[in-house]
Amino acid sequence: MTIRHHLSDQLLMAYSAGDLPEGFALVIATHLSLCDECRARAGAFDAVGGAVVEDGFCSMSDGSLEACLSRIDGLSQITPRPRQAKGIIPAPLVDYIGGGLADVKWRPLGFGAKQAILRMSDRGASVRLLSIPGGSAMPEHSHRGTELTLVLQGAFRDETDRFGPGDIEVADDNLEHTPVAEEGQTCICLAATEAPLRFNRLIPRLAQPFFRI
Amino acid sequence: MMFETMRVEKPDAVAKPKPYDGLLARAARPEGRYRPVTTLVTDEQEDWTALVFRVRDHQDRAAFAALFRHFAPRVKGFLMKSGASEQLAEECAQDVMATLWQKAGQFDPTRASVATWVFTIARNRRIDALRKARRPEPEDLTWGPEAEPDQAEVFEVQQESERLGTALAQLPQKQRELIERAYYGDLTHSEIAAETGLPLGTIKSRIRLALDKLRQHLDVKAQQE
Repeated sequence: MTIRHHLSDQLLMAYSAGDLPEGFALVIATHLSLCDECRARAGAFDAVGGAVVEDGFCSMSDGSLEACLSRIDGLSQITPRPRQAKGIIPAPLVDYIGGGLADVKWRPLGFGAKQAILRMSDRGASVRLLSIPGGSAMPEHSHRGTELTLVLQGAFRDETDRFGPGDIEVADDNLEHTPVAEEGQTCICLAATEAPLRFNRLIPRLAQPFFRI
Repeated sequence: MMFETMRVEKPDAVAKPKPYDGLLARAARPEGRYRPVTTLVTDEQEDWTALVFRVRDHQDRAAFAALFRHFAPRVKGFLMKSGASEQLAEECAQDVMATLWQKAGQFDPTRASVATWVFTIARNRRIDALRKARRPEPEDLTWGPEAEPDQAEVFEVQQESERLGTALAQLPQKQRELIERAYYGDLTHSEIAAETGLPLGTIKSRIRLALDKLRQHLDVKAQQE
């Protein structure tokens, strides 16, 4: 997998600092699972966090060490089973799908395209898996704020470039783009869009599923 | 005041141990055990990696207590600056230290210093406690870090982390505060400046090398199976 499109420093630092909505963090964790270059850059930003922690100090209350020592008495060390990919679905995404590609609950979008919205615990960004047949355009959509699109299978092209497996496109609201899946293999992408909160309040709840694309 | 106010410590220019020659270090290493890089143990120079390994290998409570005395107040300070009440920050600092005890086997000193590892645990605890959200993490690369990491690599990551701390302290105040606020969870991603003014290239390259080595191990293992 040759990855040509990477994450920006801004997003990597925000991910490391824990400043992102869960949906963006999910797309980034999925990209990092495929891209060691960005994983190393994220590690460098984590090191900045280490320096920030080293720098502050607030005394613990009396007896806190003793309390912690008696707490760890009952705790054994844990070696969790490593979380692994299922086929083309990297581990962080497996957690949200509850399995691999075969377990995705797709809903048709017309012309053979399908989507599955993934549930997040905060509303900062909405996340969906998209499946677009080779040669088809992605369904019409507009986004306010940042949109992240990560290719898991196949490829798409838009006005800016070609995006293949592992590539991530970071688009802001200035980018008007019409992504088209490359001929051949079905293009499967993971996309996160900043949730238009004001928008949601004005639209009746029932209509939301149609507008979330 | 009920508790001590925050104090910011400037990293002192302490004498750093010289890096071992890679080959010598390997030859000198006792069987199966990591040996502390420095024998001069003062509060400033404590070899935190060796202490975490003593927790991992021997469930060493004295080593844990030393880690607690250093890191728990720092985690507490970090969480309070992130907006936690003193009580919540204290509870979460206890949780973070208990997690350190439980997950000592997952610490990989070729990819992070102990302070960095503690930061990631504290950050995840904060996301959970203050935002009630999950923290998606990248997938695991292997069955865990090597039990016997290369000492020279460990030392270099340690040294680069310290250099980063010094560089952060030397930034113009406004710039440093902006970075700190980002790590306290106080900024949105669009408020974060992409240019930090910090020398991140070297430590990134070190981590990249460690990742490449892990991948090679995985490939070799995959071929053997």
